[in-house]
Amino acid sequence: MTDASDDIYGEHILDHYEAPYHKGHLAHPSCSHCDKNPICGDVIGLELQIDDGRVKQAYFDGKGCAISQAAASILCEHVEGKSLDELKALQAKDMLALLQVRLTPSRQKCGLLGFRVLKTMLYSLEQPGGELEA
Amino acid sequence: MSTTAATTEFDVAAVRRDFPIFAQRLAGNRPLVYLDTAATAQKPQCVIDKLVECYTEYNANVHRGIHQLGDRMTLELEQAREKVQRFIGATQPEEVLFTSGTTMSLNLVAFGWARKFLTPGDEIVLSEMEHHANLVPWQLAAQATGAALKFIPLTPDGRLELDALDSILSPRTKLLAVTGMSNVLGTINPIRELAVRAHAVGAKIVVDGAQSVPHEATNVVADGIDFLAFSGHKLYGPTGIGVLYGRRELLEAMDPFLTGGHMIREVFRERSTWADLPAKFEAGTAPFVDAVGLGAAIDYVQALGLEKIRAYEHELLQQASAKLGAIEGLTIYGPSPQHKGAIVSFTVDTVHPHDLSDLVDREGVAIRAGHHCTMPLHELLQVTATARASFAFYNTPGEIDVLADAIRAAQRKFRRGR
Repeated sequence: MTDASDDIYGEHILDHYEAPYHKGHLAHPSCSHCDKNPICGDVIGLELQIDDGRVKQAYFDGKGCAISQAAASILCEHVEGKSLDELKALQAKDMLALLQVRLTPSRQKCGLLGFRVLKTMLYSLEQPGGELEA
Repeated sequence: MSTTAATTEFDVAAVRRDFPIFAQRLAGNRPLVYLDTAATAQKPQCVIDKLVECYTEYNANVHRGIHQLGDRMTLELEQAREKVQRFIGATQPEEVLFTSGTTMSLNLVAFGWARKFLTPGDEIVLSEMEHHANLVPWQLAAQATGAALKFIPLTPDGRLELDALDSILSPRTKLLAVTGMSNVLGTINPIRELAVRAHAVGAKIVVDGAQSVPHEATNVVADGIDFLAFSGHKLYGPTGIGVLYGRRELLEAMDPFLTGGHMIREVFRERSTWADLPAKFEAGTAPFVDAVGLGAAIDYVQALGLEKIRAYEHELLQQASAKLGAIEGLTIYGPSPQHKGAIVSFTVDTVHPHDLSDLVDREGVAIRAGHHCTMPLHELLQVTATARASFAFYNTPGEIDVLADAIRAAQRKFRRGR
């Protein structure tokens, strides 16, 4: 028997896949990063506008399976309004929980692509020379 | 499409009983619809039994022992080598090297032959449909030797553009590396003709036989093949075993690839001399049980008859092409059935291959999604990923229907009833 959480293609994922939140580009992003899942070709680019240590706007663009794209949309909705410290504390399991469905390990790679892009971006912001664009 | 003589002659129900994995039921009491043989083949009981027999009755290291178990295992190993030799039409067992698989076999040629003999300005000719195993080793061999890579383009329907050969092959061409059957498009390449063209310019031909050897008759002498690579696990045999066939004079001229035990004649402090073929290219302890298992797989395939297998698989391909081709929004990549083996790679306009594979998996159908280790080909096809259904003689026409229904159900799910 499959229950709601086993059906990964439920309303939550398909809603975000069909009508993604903030799919597009910022005119003046504070930072951006892009990555792909080489195994399957999913691509996600993230752009953030950061003000005063807080994400004001988050946009994504990309191509790929419903899980990867929907997850990026869900992530953008989630990060807006959050502080950089809150985002640094965000873990993979939190990201997966946001998806509201249980993914097998191979699909988790799709679900975590946008999250990885975010984490890479936050990490490089912390490095010397990794500054926010004005 | 009605069943033809080929399907009624081939007792697929009896053949399926030879494969214990099909006896199981998946979650939801569903049968396993395994359409991923291009990734790895299922194993008949006789192959499994042979592995068990080796480990329970005469397991011992080969070649070196002076006891009856070692003698028996060595005999079984060398008989397996002779089975491979006969299967591919080689004239001597010394030309059959056991490796860990197609990838290692191709690397062996890249390191043992290409890196030794190519010089700056030489050319390696490949095709745009090659698997990474028949591409990456040549990239590195070219970089190491100063040779250049050239690519045979494809026709719009995914066959080699043979008209382009005149401008691509030249006296600078030293090696033509090509697949016997594309693992994505299914295209069967005209190896015999390509070998003639390669030899005419003084080049050698190396064939990636991973898909072609299990599904089409191969005769290395008649086909003019200089090197042939293939894997046991795609030929209904165990994993971890593969073959490199090489013409004797080529292997004699090559340097060893991996070195160590067994491949030496004498070892001094500062230098060593090499053993004769095939030992020269079989360093270390051979995967001897897996090689014996491969021999059992070849016995099984030959008892069924490769021509009967090919005819039945072709019938499956025709049905799959028709049934999947009838699905709205589905695009099949590759040539028409008469030019290909039983591999159908496709996309569906509203459902990404990953999502499609996930959804058909719910119905017990195993297909594959991604780029199938052919990134340049997928770039050429201008798709990031495809779904691939690949057929073997243990599949049935009914299973094609299950796949088609599952695809339609996935489309409905993404359409959400609209």
